[in-house]
Amino acid sequence: MGGVKPRWVLIAWTIACATAVAIVDTPGTAAVKFWGTIWIGPALALLVWWRSSAEVREARARRVGSVGRRPPLGRRLRKSLLNVHTLRGALGIAAVLVVWQIAQPLGFPIIKRIPPLSEVVTRFFADNGLFWRPKYWNGWVVSLVRIFSGFVLALIVGVPQGLAWGISRRFKAISFPVFEIFRPIPPLAFLPAAIYLMPTSELSIIFVIFLGAYFTIVINTINGVYNLDKSLQRAALSLGARRSDIFWKIIFPGTLPSIITGATVGMGITWMVLVAAEMIAGRSGIGFLTWESYTGGDIPQVVVGMVSMGIGGAICSAIIWRLGGNLMPWRKLF
Amino acid sequence: MSAAKLEGRVECRHVAKTFGEEWARQIVVQDASFVIEEGELNVLIGPSGCGKSTLISLIAGYEEPTAGEITIDGVRVQGPGRDRLVVFQETALFPWMTSVENVMFGPTVRGTNPREARREAAALLEKVGLKGFEDKYPSQLSGGMQRRCELARALINQPKIMLMDEPFRGLDAMTRELMQEYLLRLFEESRHTILFVTSELEEAIFLADRLLILSAKPTSVKHILDIDLPRPRDFHILTSPRYAELKQEALEALYQEAVKAFSKGSKAAYDLVEAFGKRSSVS
Repeated sequence: MGGVKPRWVLIAWTIACATAVAIVDTPGTAAVKFWGTIWIGPALALLVWWRSSAEVREARARRVGSVGRRPPLGRRLRKSLLNVHTLRGALGIAAVLVVWQIAQPLGFPIIKRIPPLSEVVTRFFADNGLFWRPKYWNGWVVSLVRIFSGFVLALIVGVPQGLAWGISRRFKAISFPVFEIFRPIPPLAFLPAAIYLMPTSELSIIFVIFLGAYFTIVINTINGVYNLDKSLQRAALSLGARRSDIFWKIIFPGTLPSIITGATVGMGITWMVLVAAEMIAGRSGIGFLTWESYTGGDIPQVVVGMVSMGIGGAICSAIIWRLGGNLMPWRKLF
Repeated sequence: MSAAKLEGRVECRHVAKTFGEEWARQIVVQDASFVIEEGELNVLIGPSGCGKSTLISLIAGYEEPTAGEITIDGVRVQGPGRDRLVVFQETALFPWMTSVENVMFGPTVRGTNPREARREAAALLEKVGLKGFEDKYPSQLSGGMQRRCELARALINQPKIMLMDEPFRGLDAMTRELMQEYLLRLFEESRHTILFVTSELEEAIFLADRLLILSAKPTSVKHILDIDLPRPRDFHILTSPRYAELKQEALEALYQEAVKAFSKGSKAAYDLVEAFGKRSSVS
């Protein structure tokens, strides 16, 4: 199997769908339907194709040969969920929840005004609470789709641009100053212009999210190229590598750690930007619901929104760390 | 390998290299003329910071000489090529490739079938004593293993000449001695032309057929010593009277060089005189 690699097809398909969603203005539920019906089928098929391809099977066979047989799924799950690290993490979260709950009765300064945990939970599950409203769950999907679209676009544009700037001094000299002038402008300051310029409000939100991640990714990528050990490129040249080999086999994998760092930081920024963008330009999404709850004077529900965003952001970061670890197996070993 | 015609004769004619702008010119190599004989283990020795690495870069083709000419078997050096491979001071294994992927890098980028290249690389890794470590990443290997892996990565390309820039620096004393013996065994088997750079005199004499002694900056080759110790060698040679004689001879040459530079008022030369003065009084 020389030419087409299933994982690239999968990535291309996902990107195409994200772009389609961004261009066609899709209000909440329609977006959910889109991803649920159009994207998921081919994506799963591609995933199966990828995992069963010769390349993956060979790699797995080699790994088994050197390390021993993989333990069964149940034991692996138990091992990754019930270890001392997750228990410590749970302990930390529990401590914060306890402080939150007792802050009001004990009259801690400032945080005593936050509605206690029990009140927020009650509000969440109340008859007209967010838990029972499709609007809330649609909001999750809509917000995640926006983040994903903006973030993937930022990767598509930012990584090649950072690599090009890192490699070519001439290209950087021409275009980097322009970038540096745009970079200090906060993404949210672009929002009015984006709403005016973009054909759909959905697109303007995605654009602003894109900007949030884009600058960080570019800067980290350039820096990654600059920090590469020069002797590695020299060694590759001596071994007969062509320019394309140097790029794909040396510069790109060598820059990957910096790209992942940039992506992680950028992902955090996209969540910050999301809320504000949804408050101003959106009619749906978790950020919009939070703002709506605030204008309605429903403070416990505001806290529900905040916690939702926190959880969403943490999940996204965890996914990036995990993907980063899979892309850089040589780094797991430290 | 042994049947192949010996080649890899390097000739440097009046080579010079300067760095920096005109108003702050730094002359690193000046009028260096010497020959690296094919099929021999040539060792370049000189104090640290004397421009040895620059000479290696010039021969490897990473940098161009400001003046003069370097030829390999009569062909002028223009840019890096796989006929002369460099084993670097610090390890230059690619961290994102396993050891076998590192070794097969050369053949693969030149279009050899990956499966075949992998087989060849695994065989070579076995030869350098890394069987069972094919799928480990460099960070999982010890210092000595990394150097051996790097040797294998160079050897698989059957270079005319191996340029080794202080390859054993930073290894502990034990590993270093083992690696020296190991390199000797490889060399005595294959008779590749080797240019080995070091700042350790014991290492230099132990390994060398020819010892090229460099002057302090600006660098040029001032003395060439033929090391006529019998091959194959092992560490017993270190206690032979001929070894002591050669060492004394080399020390004197280095010492002269240092005194000359010292009289020109160089701080580096002062350190040199002190260091080599101490050494010769010990032996």
